[in-house]
Amino acid sequence: MRVLRLIGIGTLMHFKTMSRGLFEIATGLIVPIIQATMAVYLLRAGDEPQNMVKAAVGAGLMGIWSSVIFGSGGAIQRQRWQGTLEMMVIAPRPLALSVLPVTIATGLQGLYTMAATLGWGWLLFGIVPDFSHPLLFLVAVPACVIGLGMFGLLLASTFVLMRNANAVCNTLEYPIWLLSGMLVPLTVLPDWTNPFAAILPTTWGARAVHEAASGGAVWPSVAACLAISAACFAAGALMMSYVERRARASATLALS
Amino acid sequence: MTDYAIEAAGLRRTYRSRTGWLRPKVKEVEAVKGVSFTVAKGELFGLLGPNGAGKTTTIKMLNTLLIPTGGHARIFGKDVVAETREVRQRIGYVFGGDRGLYDRLSGLDNLRYFAELYGIPPREQKQRIGELLELVNLTGRERERVEGYSRGMRQRLHIARGLLHRPSVLFLDEPSIGVDPVAARDLRRTVADLAATGTTVLLTTHYMAEADELCDRIAVIAQGELKALGTPEELKHHADGRTVLEVEAYGLEDETFKDIKNLHGVREATLETQGAVQLLTVQSVSDVDVQPSVLARLGGIRLGRVAARQPTLEDAYVAIVAGDRS
Ligand SMILES: Nc1ncnc2c1ncn2[C@@H]1O[C@H](COP(=O)(O)OP(=O)(O)O)[C@@H](O)[C@H]1O
Ligand SMILES: [Mg+2]
Repeated sequence: MRVLRLIGIGTLMHFKTMSRGLFEIATGLIVPIIQATMAVYLLRAGDEPQNMVKAAVGAGLMGIWSSVIFGSGGAIQRQRWQGTLEMMVIAPRPLALSVLPVTIATGLQGLYTMAATLGWGWLLFGIVPDFSHPLLFLVAVPACVIGLGMFGLLLASTFVLMRNANAVCNTLEYPIWLLSGMLVPLTVLPDWTNPFAAILPTTWGARAVHEAASGGAVWPSVAACLAISAACFAAGALMMSYVERRARASATLALS
Repeated sequence: MTDYAIEAAGLRRTYRSRTGWLRPKVKEVEAVKGVSFTVAKGELFGLLGPNGAGKTTTIKMLNTLLIPTGGHARIFGKDVVAETREVRQRIGYVFGGDRGLYDRLSGLDNLRYFAELYGIPPREQKQRIGELLELVNLTGRERERVEGYSRGMRQRLHIARGLLHRPSVLFLDEPSIGVDPVAARDLRRTVADLAATGTTVLLTTHYMAEADELCDRIAVIAQGELKALGTPEELKHHADGRTVLEVEAYGLEDETFKDIKNLHGVREATLETQGAVQLLTVQSVSDVDVQPSVLARLGGIRLGRVAARQPTLEDAYVAIVAGDRS
């Protein structure tokens, strides 16, 4: 219970700090418009009207991704600048539990991007979000956020250790989008990528969301996403405690 | 079981930093070179030294943020490396400056968040946070965002945060840095009250007067080594047998200052600029009257007040820190 409360309140607080800056508000407004526009023009050629919803959902998922990658990395970096990373480490809790709310909050931020993308798609281009399974969509999306948050935790451990890990996250962003097939259907990718894609929780999360939007069995994908997320959390927690020790040895928790 | 709140034995810390990408060079800094001391339960202990002396490094080894490269340390008998979690439950950490808080959150939200991190039971949180806001005099301002707080208010919030879980040992790293004199005085009172109610406090500062006013015992640290350790009274003895001459001057050249340092009988000399005035302080052995020869060197320079006096703790501190430098 305590742990859930920590995660809940932590997520709320991190979400508040993340959404209060001018820059964040501006990007939060503009990015969804750009994504909605891109999705529509890239895929309008397709003759099936279903493609529109698919495109908008795909764009929204991309939004979630970029906020987890930039978000989890950027948030750890920001904690370091603010001197709050040391405060998280010095609290008598496993570091993973203090960091998880950061990555979940970034996933939530992405959730907002997806909703906004769908909204703009509706408003500007008349794409009515008519989902095959509207209720399952409401299950698939949180599952996807959890998948992103847990995978983000695994990534975040890199940022705790390295003082200039931003470079890493920028290189990761595109390959992971492609691998988890958020916009490009998996079948377009070369075969060798399949095993990689299959072990990312986000692949299954994205599939669940797509299925809920345009038809298909949603539950198996949700289950796969959550199972892999749990594995990511376990691995992330182990990584965090290892990385915390390394960071204390190499003095990278603070800036100076 | 041990009676000490803090035990440091031969603590060392070397920093390795890499510079350059193509041909990386590893630079090593020996920040702390074997520091040992003990702090009794309930004691208010000061770590005093100039900038770069190794105070922060020492504190971070004691509070588990840095792993020592040598030696070991215990907090209430718990090893800081092997029993990290137990140590963290017993300590609070507060540092000076603007960092360490969430600026975009209100003071109250900051405290609520850290109360969760420290696992304060939900039922107790509200009351505890109320008490602490009262203690640090922030009641009524807690719903404002921290980015609008003054330095002094931030520092007080920082202290409230450090006390949430009622730590038995509080580490304060230069808490009064950048805080105005009135706020600094309030802060010292808060710290003294804490120590009076049984909290062990380890405070670092580079202000002699602050250490003198607050601390039961002071360790003077310079260049990563412990230079002296004792009560303020004991430390004063380091200036025994000395006399201090203070001269206000206008336009004293570096060359002349160097000459004065080398005069017969002079032990230490410092030159401090206070606006247009330069304050020259010369410590000499008591049985040599250096005043005539100092004034002779200062011939032709406009002088203000000239006075001889008995050494203070400040002078002892200068003697201790400068003592081994030569
Ligand atoms: N992360 C770091 N990497 C390299 N050198 C450092 C680091 N932190 C501190 N130092 C160096 O170690 C020495 C002691 O620093 P510090 O403990 O911060 O001193 P103080 O707190 O007494 O001012 C200084 O020379 C400082 O430059
Ligand atoms: Mg310092």
